[in-house]
Amino acid sequence: MKKFRIPMRYVPISATILVFFAVYLIGIFSFDNFGSPKVFLDLFLDNAYLGIAAIGTALVILTGGIDLSVGSIIAFTSILIAKMVSTGCNAVFAIALALVIGILFGMLQGWLIHCFSLPPFLVTLAGMFFIRGCGFIVSEESIPIQNDPVFNFIQNDLTIKLGKGLNLRFIVILYIVLLIIAIIFSQRTRAGRSIYAIGDNELAATLMGIPVGRTKIMTYTIAGFCSALAGVVYAIYLKAGNPLNCVGLEMDAVAAVVIGGTLLTGGVGYVFGSLFGVLVLGLIQTLIIFDGRINSWWTRIIVGLLVLAFIFMQNLITKISKSKSKSH
Amino acid sequence: MNKTSNKFRHLVWPLVSLALLLLFNAIFTDNFFKIEIKKQDTVKEAVQLPSVPDELTVPAEEAAAQAEAAVEAPAEQTPAAQAPAEQQTPAKEDKGVSIFGYYLYGTPIDILNQGSKVMVLAIGMTLVIATGGIDISVGAVMAIAGAIAALLISLLDAGNCPGASMGPAFYWIIPVIAALALATLAGFWNGMLVAGFGIQPMVATLVLMVAGRGVAQLITDGQIITFDNPGLVFLCNGHALFLPFSVWIVVSMYVVAGLLTRKTALGLFIESVGNNERASRYAGIEARRIKWLTYVICGFCAGVAGLLAASNIKCADSNNAGLYLELDAILATVIGGTSMAGGRFFLSGSLVGAILIQTLTTTMYMKNVSPAIVAVPKAMVVIIVCLLQSPVFRAKVLSIFASKAAKGGVQ
Repeated sequence: MKKFRIPMRYVPISATILVFFAVYLIGIFSFDNFGSPKVFLDLFLDNAYLGIAAIGTALVILTGGIDLSVGSIIAFTSILIAKMVSTGCNAVFAIALALVIGILFGMLQGWLIHCFSLPPFLVTLAGMFFIRGCGFIVSEESIPIQNDPVFNFIQNDLTIKLGKGLNLRFIVILYIVLLIIAIIFSQRTRAGRSIYAIGDNELAATLMGIPVGRTKIMTYTIAGFCSALAGVVYAIYLKAGNPLNCVGLEMDAVAAVVIGGTLLTGGVGYVFGSLFGVLVLGLIQTLIIFDGRINSWWTRIIVGLLVLAFIFMQNLITKISKSKSKSH
Repeated sequence: MNKTSNKFRHLVWPLVSLALLLLFNAIFTDNFFKIEIKKQDTVKEAVQLPSVPDELTVPAEEAAAQAEAAVEAPAEQTPAAQAPAEQQTPAKEDKGVSIFGYYLYGTPIDILNQGSKVMVLAIGMTLVIATGGIDISVGAVMAIAGAIAALLISLLDAGNCPGASMGPAFYWIIPVIAALALATLAGFWNGMLVAGFGIQPMVATLVLMVAGRGVAQLITDGQIITFDNPGLVFLCNGHALFLPFSVWIVVSMYVVAGLLTRKTALGLFIESVGNNERASRYAGIEARRIKWLTYVICGFCAGVAGLLAASNIKCADSNNAGLYLELDAILATVIGGTSMAGGRFFLSGSLVGAILIQTLTTTMYMKNVSPAIVAVPKAMVVIIVCLLQSPVFRAKVLSIFASKAAKGGVQ
């Protein structure tokens, strides 16, 4: 009988899925109703914005870079939309403008990173400061979105009713559609393969004739778009905008991507993994809310430990595959 | 450029930026350079920003002249010149926070005091970056250090901790030592991950960055612990030898770090590890141990900064203590000419970088810019300084000039 073995490159993502089901089972055995479909659907609903942001982060990390401006762009777009809608502007126009700003901002960051070979970490850091400050220029206080026809339409009509009390909300559908597009893009298109090549070895990619600059700028542009879209989703989810929102969310996104099995040095991993990274983060949060006794700050510590565990595992895998390639 | 400037070339751009900023202040901000000598008893809140008139009615030149005069004034003024100030009623809160009873008071002094946290952080960060690493957990470590110090001091105040018998005048040393020890331990942990297990520095310190604030929250049980122990408050609010005590902490740490790195072989080792780790290992340098050491030093510096931050606001706020300060520390280091790729470092440059960042922040505050919006110009300055230091940018700008010159030659 042939021995069943998971190929090395699928080990991290399998481990992530395993962790997800393990945590889910712990929840089901510990609490009544944890296994109800509503809890599962809420997991998607509550973390759709994080998931969308994590898609962009995953692509950037695959190129070997990092994007720290995610949380700030979410805060900026949500407050911008809220402000424009509250002053009587058309919501569709506000959303479109927010997305365009996100795209342009991502493009600017990518351009600075590529053309002047500045460290991505520094550029997106400055971007984080910049766009967060811009959010405060729009408004220093939280603005609610009330009685807007477009938002009401999205909230009430754009849902698929699965059963009694079970609604597949628009933002969840949006997240899943975007995730599928991103998976196909990263695995099946020329540009997607270029991202992997650059992340693995930028010099080699250049020598192979891959358009490194164009791909890198494109990746940061996509990341900017994803962050802006996450901001739109956040505004729909909360029906409000607040420039203080999502401080440190970029680190959650990075953690989700790492837990999802993507190597932070780039070139290895799957966008698909970010889904399970996000779900694991969400599950831990839900577990702690269900319990009610544990200090909610354990979330941070557990997430930190999980990140550590996955980093250790990846280091081990990298070492094993290196020694294997040497022995060949 | 002449030969003598070669040694200080890395300082040129930061110093030019700082000078421009100070010039801007000299022209557009009233009393920016005004430094007074104050008697300790008469001033309640030494750390408060001096209030600045909103409207700028004074013509620019006059303001500049005033500012210049103000800078020179304190040197000539004897303490007796401040006699009228003594007639004011002494503040109720007399913490005995000054040695010799007199200290300097003004915006530049305040910049030094408020910038002390970033300056201290920048020392450790410079050494870590010099080895080719990075430590993004310092903000979280600051929160941990502040939390443990505040918790211990509250226990000591309540008499629930061994050592309480020493009395409030002395037992503040216990939380200080505990905080520094814990922060050093955090640095040791980072070093273990990076040097011991060979994990990329950014990733390894990400763990503590994510988990650290959670640990700090657990220590304080999610509360903001306030304290008013004179010893602990003195750290960032007290004065010694005319200057804020925190400035002396910074100075002494810089002297120690400077001596360690420039008068012993340690600095050379750090640079060699940053340049080429494998080569330096073959040359007989314990590369792993050197790297490990820099993270421990960085943790210690974060502990000092955490104590200063807690002392400044007399409480430990695990959510906000040191938030984004890791970024400020990295920026200060990069502005100061230390290469992110490792291999060369300039402690003096980092110091200037930290002062530049704080001056910028304070200038914004004095111009009535909301603290939240300060981030916007800060980000722009960061990008500009980074561009100026980027060899690629310089080459591109130079080539534009060169092509223009070539065209001019043809014509």
